[in-house]
Amino acid sequence: MNQPLVHAALIRVRLFAALADARGWRERELPLAPDMTVQAVWTAATGEPALPARVLCARNMDYCGPDTRVAPGDEIAFFPPVTGGAP
Amino acid sequence: MSVLIREAAFEPWTELAAYERSRFPARGGFGACASFVGTMRDLNEGDSVAAMTLEHYPGMTERHLQAICAEAQARWALLDTLVIHRVGRLAPGDPIVLVAAWSAHRAEAFTACRHIMEDLKSKAPFWKKETTADGERWVAHNTAGVAVERARES
Repeated sequence: MNQPLVHAALIRVRLFAALADARGWRERELPLAPDMTVQAVWTAATGEPALPARVLCARNMDYCGPDTRVAPGDEIAFFPPVTGGAP
Repeated sequence: MSVLIREAAFEPWTELAAYERSRFPARGGFGACASFVGTMRDLNEGDSVAAMTLEHYPGMTERHLQAICAEAQARWALLDTLVIHRVGRLAPGDPIVLVAAWSAHRAEAFTACRHIMEDLKSKAPFWKKETTADGERWVAHNTAGVAVERARES
């Protein structure tokens, strides 16, 4: 079998709400880097070094922290605090 | 247990009655139903709001709402739960959300209905964009829930 030794593993990055509007995109694919964390995905996708303090992250639709490791095929999402409103 | 996300406007009391008839065909099957309906206001932060667009994260929204209802059903002696939530463009007066919980006795239904609603507000990925006389604005003072903050720290 003629299988490539190195797969170009991709991840999907999604932005929502004000984060998407401010950057002019909602979804893009990125190559997965070795030992990539969610924080590193943010920087690779946006070109911005720091993840803003109030931005929430999700890996495959579960909330996660910025230090979470990313795997091939993951969907990583960044979004503002969800609609809490007054109780 | 049912979780529905709708683009179209819905009438909560019609939905509630139809769901109840389908889930409890035998009369007398439950002793209590507590329900909550959230409705869009025409005023926020002192400004008149003409319309609102509710964005969400399709897939993640349903998944978290189902988890919230499953947790409530595991925690309290409930017979059933129903959540219906609007997305897309809403007008003042439109129902945004319906939460209902059925149980044998009132305490569980009251508590679970409140709990599901509070959990929804803090965990479900919805974002509000308001249309005012000055244009559109994202509602920015939203609070991340305790559970979300805890997930970030872990």
